[in-house]
Amino acid sequence: MGDPLGQEATHGIAASMGGVRTSGDMVIRLQIAKKMRINEAKQYVADKLGLTIEEICDVVTMAEVREERGFGLANFEPYAESNIGMEAKFKIAEALDIKINSVERFKERAGLK
Amino acid sequence: MGDKKKYFTRMGDGSIVYMTEEEIRADIRAGVADAADRGKIPPLTEEEMEHIYNIITMPGGVVGVDPKDAVVTTSDSGSDKVSTKCCIPIDRSINAMIHERVLGADSVDIGLEDYNYKTVKGVAKREAAVLKRALNYTTMPIFYGAMPNLGFYTKPDGPIDNWAVLLPEGKIKEAMAAQEEAVEHAVRDIVFVAEQMHDVGADGINLDTCGAAGDADFLVALKACEIIKEKFPDMGVEIGMAGEFVLGMHGRLKYNGVRLAGLYPHDQVKLAEQAGASIFGAVVNTNCNATFPWNIARVCTFIKACSEVAKIPVHANTGMGVCAIPMCENSPADIVSRVDKCLIEICKIDGL
Repeated sequence: MGDPLGQEATHGIAASMGGVRTSGDMVIRLQIAKKMRINEAKQYVADKLGLTIEEICDVVTMAEVREERGFGLANFEPYAESNIGMEAKFKIAEALDIKINSVERFKERAGLK
Repeated sequence: MGDKKKYFTRMGDGSIVYMTEEEIRADIRAGVADAADRGKIPPLTEEEMEHIYNIITMPGGVVGVDPKDAVVTTSDSGSDKVSTKCCIPIDRSINAMIHERVLGADSVDIGLEDYNYKTVKGVAKREAAVLKRALNYTTMPIFYGAMPNLGFYTKPDGPIDNWAVLLPEGKIKEAMAAQEEAVEHAVRDIVFVAEQMHDVGADGINLDTCGAAGDADFLVALKACEIIKEKFPDMGVEIGMAGEFVLGMHGRLKYNGVRLAGLYPHDQVKLAEQAGASIFGAVVNTNCNATFPWNIARVCTFIKACSEVAKIPVHANTGMGVCAIPMCENSPADIVSRVDKCLIEICKIDGL
């Protein structure tokens, strides 16, 4: 996908996980990192987070989980502990037990490893 | 015939057409038969054809899948189209944030307006800076994407004789040699760009519209993918195709002993796996002169065959003019959502 004129919003509503609205960003990380197919990737994420498949696909459940665990949300409320971007990816890499390239490069350049 | 109920649907160019149940069912059968014949693959079952019929005739402008069955998304030039196609002048890293937090994308790619690796090579470090900005401020995975676009290596834009000129002149051997030489240039450029993108933390490299210039173009993607995965095993590679069928512009090129010319998605994906690709973007062309029932039935036959043999995730390319999405700039949500539902529920795809 990628054509904006009536497609991306439609795909989002009709058929996609919605990225950080649920756990779509995490599920696709397993496709990228471990070449898992969709059901296997969802199960992996669900197991790591201690949730069901239904829960990791649900916006309301995942909004709470993401906020509590610092995984980053679609909204960014103005409070100090709110995570988004790089700091959220640190948390995601740890929770899913995977390496995220941008996190690793960030650690190198910040002298964290 | 005049009294029979007619259902709203569309042609492959997006124009409205009304069809009776018999006409829809006949076109579904014809689309399935065409794909099965061309691809030498099994036809859809009666149940699957019935399911397609039900989705086509389902009431409502937008239809959807059960939330538990939702899939994930990748894009081609995703972070650039709001700027270039909608003429909203924003930086691509901001564009990526909009995709994440407004459009609900699962991933997006940063890509140059001139979406090909040959052009990117000269500005790769500048492009890497845009990617780095996006990576610092987004949570979802970000790819860097472009096309191999082998045609750009021909004179006068590139260093190599143009095989599209040589072929009509009957210079077959020269045309084949020119394509082989172009492959080496393109692979080198892609790997160079991938190095810069890996250095700033790219989650993946998107090799998009592969095979656009024929079998040599597809070979570029496979070879580049192999090298990228060897050098950077922690970075994903998506190979997305240009069309359903690899054109034999060269005709004799092989990868791991398999001739590339003439391959359909279910064969293409096996080579993508061998090259180490993380995700395969399968394409079936939309026929503008045929109806949506014909197109989607044909698409499902091809994509189901591809998905069944794949060991890696298959993301069906559902942009304009492919996988039964009409060939028109402003895509109708009625068709886009029905395409998604068919692909997920019948073909068991892993993403869009």
